Amino acid sequence: MSNAVSALQGKAYDGLVRVEEAGLRGMITVRGNLSNTKLKSAATSLSAVDFPSTGECNCVEESGLAWMSPDELLLMTPYDKAPAAAQRMSKALEKQHHLVAEVSDARAVFFIRGPQAREVMSKLVPVDLSPGRFQPGQFRRTRMAQVPVAFWMRDETTFELICFRSVAGYVFDLLCNAAKPGSEVGVF
Amino acid sequence: MLILTCPYCGVEADETELHAGGEAHITRETVGSSDEDFEDYLFQRQNPKGIHFERWRHVYGCGKWFHAARCTNTLEVFGTYSAQTTEPPKDIRDKISGKRPGWSWGIFS
Repeated sequence: MSNAVSALQGKAYDGLVRVEEAGLRGMITVRGNLSNTKLKSAATSLSAVDFPSTGECNCVEESGLAWMSPDELLLMTPYDKAPAAAQRMSKALEKQHHLVAEVSDARAVFFIRGPQAREVMSKLVPVDLSPGRFQPGQFRRTRMAQVPVAFWMRDETTFELICFRSVAGYVFDLLCNAAKPGSEVGVF
Repeated sequence: MLILTCPYCGVEADETELHAGGEAHITRETVGSSDEDFEDYLFQRQNPKGIHFERWRHVYGCGKWFHAARCTNTLEVFGTYSAQTTEPPKDIRDKISGKRPGWSWGIFS
Protein backbone atom coordinates (compact mmCIF):
# COMPACT_ATOMS: atom_id res chain seq x y z
CA MET A 1 0.00 0.00 0.00
CA SER A 2 1.37 3.42 -0.91
CA ASN A 3 1.88 6.07 1.74
CA ALA A 4 -1.25 8.24 1.58
CA VAL A 5 -0.72 11.95 2.13
CA SER A 6 -3.21 14.81 2.10
CA ALA A 7 -3.09 17.52 -0.56
CA LEU A 8 -1.14 20.12 1.42
CA GLN A 9 0.16 17.86 4.19
CA GLY A 10 -1.16 19.93 7.06
CA LYS A 11 -0.05 23.34 5.79
CA ALA A 12 -1.22 26.18 8.04
CA TYR A 13 -1.32 29.97 8.14
CA ASP A 14 -1.88 32.31 11.07
CA GLY A 15 -3.50 35.61 10.21
CA LEU A 16 -6.84 37.06 11.28
CA VAL A 17 -7.76 33.43 11.74
CA ARG A 18 -5.84 30.20 11.62
CA VAL A 19 -6.21 28.42 8.28
CA GLU A 20 -5.18 24.84 8.51
CA GLU A 21 -5.35 21.86 6.21
CA ALA A 22 -6.92 19.10 8.26
CA GLY A 23 -5.09 16.14 6.76
CA LEU A 24 -6.61 12.93 5.50
CA ARG A 25 -10.29 12.24 6.03
CA GLY A 26 -12.35 9.25 5.00
CA MET A 27 -15.29 10.31 2.83
CA ILE A 28 -17.95 8.19 1.23
CA THR A 29 -20.58 9.48 -1.16
CA VAL A 30 -23.89 7.68 -0.71
CA ARG A 31 -26.72 8.23 -3.17
CA GLY A 32 -30.10 6.66 -2.77
CA ASN A 33 -33.39 7.13 -1.00
CA LEU A 34 -32.47 9.05 2.16
CA SER A 35 -35.73 8.16 3.88
CA ASN A 36 -34.96 4.46 3.62
CA THR A 37 -34.54 2.95 7.08
CA LYS A 38 -31.73 0.59 6.05
CA LEU A 39 -29.74 3.49 4.64
CA LYS A 40 -30.39 5.55 7.75
CA SER A 41 -29.45 2.86 10.22
CA ALA A 42 -26.28 1.85 8.32
CA ALA A 43 -25.19 5.49 8.03
CA THR A 44 -25.85 6.31 11.68
CA SER A 45 -24.19 3.16 12.99
CA LEU A 46 -21.06 3.75 10.86
CA SER A 47 -20.72 7.39 11.87
CA ALA A 48 -22.14 7.23 15.42
CA VAL A 49 -24.05 10.49 14.91
CA ASP A 50 -27.72 11.30 14.32
CA PHE A 51 -29.04 11.33 10.77
CA PRO A 52 -28.98 14.93 9.49
CA SER A 53 -32.10 16.63 8.21
CA THR A 54 -32.17 18.88 5.14
CA GLY A 55 -29.16 21.20 4.99
CA GLU A 56 -27.51 19.89 8.13
CA CYS A 57 -24.31 18.18 9.15
CA ASN A 58 -23.62 16.17 12.27
CA CYS A 59 -19.96 15.58 12.85
CA VAL A 60 -17.98 14.52 15.90
CA GLU A 61 -14.20 14.52 15.50
CA GLU A 62 -13.63 12.74 12.20
CA SER A 63 -16.93 10.87 11.93
CA GLY A 64 -20.09 12.41 10.64
CA LEU A 65 -22.91 12.69 8.17
CA ALA A 66 -23.73 15.61 5.89
CA TRP A 67 -26.87 16.19 3.85
CA MET A 68 -25.61 16.91 0.32
CA SER A 69 -28.84 16.89 -1.70
CA PRO A 70 -32.29 15.23 -1.51
CA ASP A 71 -30.71 11.95 -2.63
CA GLU A 72 -27.11 12.28 -1.53
CA LEU A 73 -25.37 11.85 1.78
CA LEU A 74 -21.73 12.31 2.72
CA LEU A 75 -20.41 9.82 5.24
CA MET A 76 -17.19 10.84 6.97
CA THR A 77 -14.92 8.49 8.88
CA PRO A 78 -11.29 8.39 9.93
CA TYR A 79 -9.24 7.88 6.75
CA ASP A 80 -8.21 4.29 7.38
CA LYS A 81 -11.77 3.22 8.27
CA ALA A 82 -13.27 4.41 4.96
CA PRO A 83 -12.77 1.33 2.73
CA ALA A 84 -14.42 -0.97 5.27
CA ALA A 85 -17.22 1.53 5.92
CA ALA A 86 -17.91 1.80 2.18
CA GLN A 87 -18.13 -1.97 1.97
CA ARG A 88 -20.55 -2.17 4.87
CA MET A 89 -22.65 0.58 3.35
CA SER A 90 -22.87 -1.19 -0.02
CA LYS A 91 -23.77 -4.41 1.73
CA ALA A 92 -26.58 -2.73 3.65
CA LEU A 93 -27.99 -1.22 0.44
CA GLU A 94 -27.46 -4.16 -1.91
CA LYS A 95 -31.17 -4.81 -2.43
CA GLN A 96 -32.02 -1.28 -3.54
CA HIS A 97 -31.03 1.30 -6.13
CA HIS A 98 -28.02 3.12 -4.73
CA LEU A 99 -24.47 4.31 -5.26
CA VAL A 100 -21.66 4.14 -2.75
CA ALA A 101 -18.27 5.57 -3.68
CA GLU A 102 -15.22 6.12 -1.52
CA VAL A 103 -13.96 9.60 -2.41
CA SER A 104 -11.45 10.21 0.41
CA ASP A 105 -8.55 10.77 -1.99
CA ALA A 106 -10.55 13.20 -4.15
CA ARG A 107 -11.06 15.72 -1.35
CA ALA A 108 -9.25 18.15 0.89
CA VAL A 109 -10.45 19.45 4.27
CA PHE A 110 -9.64 22.78 5.92
CA PHE A 111 -10.25 24.31 9.32
CA ILE A 112 -10.77 28.04 9.67
CA ARG A 113 -10.42 28.87 13.35
CA GLY A 114 -10.72 32.09 15.27
CA PRO A 115 -13.18 34.74 16.44
CA GLN A 116 -13.08 36.32 12.96
CA ALA A 117 -13.79 33.09 11.08
CA ARG A 118 -17.24 34.31 9.97
CA GLU A 119 -15.73 37.44 8.52
CA VAL A 120 -12.97 35.66 6.60
CA MET A 121 -15.43 33.14 5.15
CA SER A 122 -17.92 35.87 4.22
CA LYS A 123 -15.38 37.47 1.94
CA LEU A 124 -15.29 34.38 -0.23
CA VAL A 125 -18.75 32.79 -0.39
CA PRO A 126 -22.15 34.16 -1.51
CA VAL A 127 -23.81 33.10 1.73
CA ASP A 128 -25.22 35.11 4.63
CA LEU A 129 -22.99 34.00 7.49
CA SER A 130 -24.22 36.42 10.13
CA PRO A 131 -24.85 34.89 13.57
CA GLY A 132 -28.44 33.68 13.64
CA ARG A 133 -28.52 33.07 9.89
CA PHE A 134 -25.78 30.45 9.79
CA GLN A 135 -25.25 28.35 12.88
CA PRO A 136 -23.19 25.37 13.96
CA GLY A 137 -24.90 22.27 12.55
CA GLN A 138 -25.98 23.87 9.29
CA PHE A 139 -24.28 22.60 6.16
CA ARG A 140 -23.88 24.61 2.98
CA ARG A 141 -22.64 23.60 -0.46
CA THR A 142 -21.70 26.64 -2.45
CA ARG A 143 -19.07 28.40 -4.50
CA MET A 144 -15.83 29.84 -3.11
CA ALA A 145 -14.48 32.30 -5.68
CA GLN A 146 -14.28 29.97 -8.69
CA VAL A 147 -14.61 26.51 -7.20
CA PRO A 148 -17.31 24.44 -5.47
CA VAL A 149 -16.92 23.90 -1.73
CA ALA A 150 -19.02 22.72 1.20
CA PHE A 151 -18.71 23.88 4.77
CA TRP A 152 -20.24 23.83 8.20
CA MET A 153 -19.40 25.22 11.62
CA ARG A 154 -17.94 23.03 14.34
CA ASP A 155 -18.65 25.75 16.88
CA GLU A 156 -19.14 29.51 16.95
CA THR A 157 -15.53 30.21 15.90
CA THR A 158 -14.62 27.21 13.75
CA PHE A 159 -15.52 26.45 10.17
CA GLU A 160 -14.71 23.17 8.51
CA LEU A 161 -14.53 23.23 4.73
CA ILE A 162 -14.37 20.53 2.07
CA CYS A 163 -13.17 21.03 -1.50
CA PHE A 164 -11.82 18.95 -4.33
CA ARG A 165 -8.23 17.87 -3.80
CA SER A 166 -7.18 19.30 -7.16
CA VAL A 167 -8.07 22.84 -6.01
CA ALA A 168 -6.74 22.54 -2.44
CA GLY A 169 -3.84 24.92 -3.18
CA TYR A 170 -6.18 27.48 -4.70
CA VAL A 171 -8.60 27.34 -1.75
CA PHE A 172 -5.75 27.59 0.76
CA ASP A 173 -4.36 30.68 -1.00
CA LEU A 174 -7.83 32.26 -1.11
CA LEU A 175 -8.36 31.70 2.60
CA CYS A 176 -4.90 33.02 3.50
CA ASN A 177 -5.45 36.12 1.41
CA ALA A 178 -8.82 36.75 3.05
CA ALA A 179 -7.19 36.29 6.45
CA LYS A 180 -4.35 38.77 5.89
CA PRO A 181 -3.80 40.98 8.95
CA GLY A 182 -5.02 44.48 8.20
CA SER A 183 -7.83 43.30 5.91
CA GLU A 184 -10.49 43.27 8.64
CA VAL A 185 -13.91 44.50 7.59
CA GLY A 186 -15.52 44.25 11.01
CA VAL A 187 -18.97 43.52 9.65
CA PHE A 188 -20.06 41.06 12.37
CA MET B 1 -28.49 40.27 -8.32
CA LEU B 2 -31.13 37.63 -8.85
CA ILE B 3 -31.73 35.47 -5.77
CA LEU B 4 -33.75 32.26 -6.11
CA THR B 5 -34.74 29.82 -3.38
CA CYS B 6 -33.96 26.26 -4.38
CA PRO B 7 -37.12 24.20 -3.77
CA TYR B 8 -35.04 21.08 -3.07
CA CYS B 9 -32.55 22.26 -0.46
CA GLY B 10 -34.30 25.45 0.63
CA VAL B 11 -31.17 27.53 0.15
CA GLU B 12 -31.43 31.14 -0.96
CA ALA B 13 -28.95 30.98 -3.79
CA ASP B 14 -27.74 33.95 -5.73
CA GLU B 15 -27.31 33.89 -9.48
CA THR B 16 -23.61 33.03 -9.33
CA GLU B 17 -24.43 29.76 -7.60
CA LEU B 18 -26.95 28.76 -10.25
CA HIS B 19 -26.91 27.85 -13.90
CA ALA B 20 -29.61 29.16 -16.21
CA GLY B 21 -31.40 26.48 -18.21
CA GLY B 22 -33.53 28.57 -20.55
CA GLU B 23 -37.26 28.65 -21.10
CA ALA B 24 -39.45 26.29 -19.07
CA HIS B 25 -42.36 24.04 -20.05
CA ILE B 26 -41.25 23.28 -23.59
CA THR B 27 -42.95 20.29 -25.14
CA ARG B 28 -40.47 18.07 -26.89
CA GLU B 29 -41.57 17.37 -30.45
CA THR B 30 -40.23 14.11 -31.74
CA VAL B 31 -40.95 11.30 -34.22
CA GLY B 32 -44.28 11.96 -35.92
CA SER B 33 -44.31 15.73 -35.37
CA SER B 34 -44.87 18.11 -38.25
CA ASP B 35 -41.88 20.07 -39.52
CA GLU B 36 -43.40 23.31 -38.23
CA ASP B 37 -43.86 21.95 -34.71
CA PHE B 38 -40.35 20.54 -34.70
CA GLU B 39 -38.91 23.83 -35.88
CA ASP B 40 -40.79 25.67 -33.12
CA TYR B 41 -39.49 23.21 -30.54
CA LEU B 42 -35.91 23.61 -31.72
CA PHE B 43 -35.67 27.32 -32.41
CA GLN B 44 -38.61 29.39 -31.23
CA ARG B 45 -38.19 30.84 -27.76
CA GLN B 46 -40.05 33.50 -25.89
CA ASN B 47 -38.18 36.62 -24.91
CA PRO B 48 -40.68 38.56 -22.86
CA LYS B 49 -40.22 41.83 -21.06
CA GLY B 50 -42.19 40.88 -17.98
CA ILE B 51 -43.35 37.55 -16.61
CA HIS B 52 -41.20 34.61 -17.59
CA PHE B 53 -40.89 30.95 -16.62
CA GLU B 54 -37.41 29.49 -16.65
CA ARG B 55 -35.44 26.42 -15.74
CA TRP B 56 -32.48 26.78 -13.40
CA ARG B 57 -29.98 24.38 -11.91
CA HIS B 58 -28.53 24.73 -8.43
CA VAL B 59 -25.18 23.80 -9.85
CA TYR B 60 -22.88 24.76 -6.94
CA GLY B 61 -25.32 23.42 -4.38
CA CYS B 62 -27.51 20.33 -4.42
CA GLY B 63 -27.20 20.00 -8.21
CA LYS B 64 -30.96 19.79 -8.82
CA TRP B 65 -32.93 21.38 -11.65
CA PHE B 66 -35.95 23.48 -10.74
CA HIS B 67 -38.37 26.01 -12.22
CA ALA B 68 -38.61 29.72 -11.47
CA ALA B 69 -41.31 32.27 -12.26
CA ARG B 70 -39.97 35.80 -12.37
CA CYS B 71 -40.25 39.17 -14.06
CA THR B 72 -37.43 39.90 -16.51
CA ASN B 73 -38.08 43.61 -16.20
CA THR B 74 -38.00 44.12 -12.43
CA LEU B 75 -36.26 40.87 -11.39
CA GLU B 76 -39.17 40.24 -9.02
CA VAL B 77 -39.33 36.53 -8.26
CA PHE B 78 -42.85 35.09 -7.95
CA GLY B 79 -41.65 31.71 -6.82
CA THR B 80 -39.70 28.57 -7.55
CA TYR B 81 -41.11 25.09 -7.91
CA SER B 82 -40.25 21.48 -8.64
CA ALA B 83 -38.85 20.38 -11.98
CA GLN B 84 -41.23 17.40 -12.04
CA THR B 85 -44.12 19.25 -13.62
CA THR B 86 -45.19 20.30 -17.11
CA GLU B 87 -47.01 23.45 -16.06
CA PRO B 88 -46.71 26.15 -13.40
CA PRO B 89 -48.50 25.06 -10.19
CA LYS B 90 -51.69 26.82 -9.21
CA ASP B 91 -50.26 28.66 -6.21
CA ILE B 92 -47.57 30.26 -8.38
CA ARG B 93 -50.14 31.26 -11.02
CA ASP B 94 -52.44 32.70 -8.36
CA LYS B 95 -49.57 34.67 -6.89
CA ILE B 96 -48.75 36.18 -10.28
CA SER B 97 -52.43 36.95 -10.91
CA GLY B 98 -52.53 38.79 -7.60
CA LYS B 99 -49.62 40.99 -8.59
CA ARG B 100 -50.06 41.28 -12.35
CA PRO B 101 -53.75 40.75 -13.21
CA GLY B 102 -54.38 39.66 -16.79
CA TRP B 103 -50.92 38.22 -17.38
CA SER B 104 -50.27 35.57 -19.99
CA TRP B 105 -47.25 33.55 -21.06
CA GLY B 106 -47.44 31.01 -23.87
CA ILE B 107 -50.50 28.85 -23.21
CA PHE B 108 -50.68 29.82 -19.54
CA SER B 109 -52.49 32.75 -18.02
